[in-house]
Amino acid sequence: MTKKFPDYQGHFGEFGGKFVPETLMPALDELENEFRVASKDTKFINRLNNLLNTYVGRPTPLTFAENLSEKLGYKIYLKREDLCHTGAHKINAALAQALLVKRMGKKRVVAETGAGQHGVATATACALMGLQAVIYMGAKDFERQKINVARMRLLGAEVIKVNSGSMTLKDAINEAIRDWVTNVKNTHYLIGSVVGPHPYPEIIRNYQSIIGKEAKKQIMDVENRLPDVIIACVGGGSNAMGIFYPFLDDKQTQLIGIEAAGEGIDKQHAATLSVGTKGILHGAKSLVLQDNNGQIEEAHSISAGLDYPGVGPEHAWLQSLNQAEYFSVTNEIALEGVELLSKTEGIIPALETAHAVGYLPQLTKTLNSDSILILNVSGRGDKDMDIISEKLNFFHE
Amino acid sequence: MNNKIDKLFDKLKVDKSIALIPFVPINWPSKEDTVSIVETALNAGAHAIELGIPFSDPLADGTTNQNAYQEALKNGANINSLFQIVKKLRNNKIEKPIIAFSYYNPIYKFGTELFLKQAQESGLDGVIVVDLPPEESQKFSILAKKYNLHQIYLLAPTSDMNRIKLVAKQATGFIYCVSVSGTTGVREDFSDELINFISQVKKQTDLPIAIGFGVSKKKHIDFIANIADGAIVGSAFVENIRNSSSADRSFKISEFVKNLVEVNEN
Ligand SMILES: Cc1ncc(COP(=O)(O)O)c(C=O)c1O
Repeated sequence: MTKKFPDYQGHFGEFGGKFVPETLMPALDELENEFRVASKDTKFINRLNNLLNTYVGRPTPLTFAENLSEKLGYKIYLKREDLCHTGAHKINAALAQALLVKRMGKKRVVAETGAGQHGVATATACALMGLQAVIYMGAKDFERQKINVARMRLLGAEVIKVNSGSMTLKDAINEAIRDWVTNVKNTHYLIGSVVGPHPYPEIIRNYQSIIGKEAKKQIMDVENRLPDVIIACVGGGSNAMGIFYPFLDDKQTQLIGIEAAGEGIDKQHAATLSVGTKGILHGAKSLVLQDNNGQIEEAHSISAGLDYPGVGPEHAWLQSLNQAEYFSVTNEIALEGVELLSKTEGIIPALETAHAVGYLPQLTKTLNSDSILILNVSGRGDKDMDIISEKLNFFHE
Repeated sequence: MNNKIDKLFDKLKVDKSIALIPFVPINWPSKEDTVSIVETALNAGAHAIELGIPFSDPLADGTTNQNAYQEALKNGANINSLFQIVKKLRNNKIEKPIIAFSYYNPIYKFGTELFLKQAQESGLDGVIVVDLPPEESQKFSILAKKYNLHQIYLLAPTSDMNRIKLVAKQATGFIYCVSVSGTTGVREDFSDELINFISQVKKQTDLPIAIGFGVSKKKHIDFIANIADGAIVGSAFVENIRNSSSADRSFKISEFVKNLVEVNEN
């Protein structure tokens, strides 16, 4: 039943929808039409699958984390999106959208980026397909994810630093939308998460759900049963939605999303699902961090990819239905997560992913040695080495 | 229906003139300035005023308005301030139409029905919600009618015939046609495409049409006078205020408005 959502106007229950200026409404219709037609076009599907296999490196492995499992007392599998070309799951939806852009005959792409992973994925897809890429990035993120700025520029993208507001992901999205409104006739807005107006949350979910489809098959192959828990970090919510979606009707599988609690939930944070209230941001009704006057508040997280005061509408809906649960962990615990996965499994996760890793010790209370958990390793940590080195004092004499 | 917006456009039709509607965010440049800015503009000949409720993430606005919103928020602007300002204007015997401009979230958070009820009580005549297209407006438009407020919809040069029809069916008061695809902000010239777009809209509605976004000069007003019923002057009005001091502000606002209205009437 869940799977029929969103409805034809893009609503997930009371969430979602299309709250955008009139100028953009026709572009949303155009995109939706193209998406529906492409979804039935075998040539398009084959082209995308071929790219996913031969360019991205799919299917990504499902790795049994033997040491970590032993340490925590339950079976932990890792879905290895960190092994995707460019180093995170973002490429799955970026490539698919770039193919849609080609179909629509548009030549120019704008995108927002926080951690820089979606920007890199977009720049990559555009380089591959001969599209012009313009990436908006908050000035704060520009500083803390410099390696990704360099990668985007090397790939031929124009990277524009955004100095307004909190100078993070939220403000990059505002600027990308302004550019899109201005150049909508020849420009596509290539969104990086399950956020924004309909049909974006549905489109991104659709192209990210390959994560969950593969994971389901892989876990059945090795364990011959479904997992008890699936856990993923949640910024806008695309890697989580991608792995959750194929399991939505499997009631035995508990779905857990982990947000950034930043300095702490009572201080500065980005825990939208945990403490946000209903509101409209970036074209959709969802949960948002806001004050009593409906002004959006600044989020805070050590992880640029989770530093966002909104969240995809489908997550707000799943939470309201108790179909998925959401918790948050602090910067400090995320850093413990980075160390934990690096030292036990030899896998350095992105700071975003590290939030989900950091939550694992808390699950020892409810899981036992027969329990099976899959953690979505949404990305690798190379981009975060500066911050990690500083926080863990690696260059201290 | 006894809405000041309808009366205004009925009268202008007889006068063969168009409406000049300046826009300014509330509580800007300071909290105390809004009432006198509005009174000065209306006394100088503006036909109605559009009052902006500032929003933290105004994605339909260019830099001029964004910066003004930021400052207005620091000055404590919120929906209650809007209502106080409108009440004060009505107490001061301002009889011209007053229209609120907002993004949806502040209104949603305040409570849509409560907002519309208090909007009417305070003396507002219409509401523009820039990110609330007809698809998301069912409840809003029913409530707006209940409280005798016009919900002003926008149309853009990108709107195709189906969308023009959809808006024409739901709209009351007037239709706000955006001059270009883009955000608010001063522009040099309008394109011939705009003429074509407006004529498409006119085929679908008898409602008055006001053109906004980028309107800043006499020549724009002249151009608009030939194809539409009103002009909304936002960023240029805001910039004019930004470039004034408290000593010469009234003078500058008057000059700005008089200059535009004069052309308007010849
Ligand atoms: C590695 C990685 N994981 C997670 C995220 C968060 O996004 P989402 O919640 O859409 O998966 C990002 C975003 O930049 C990311 O780079």
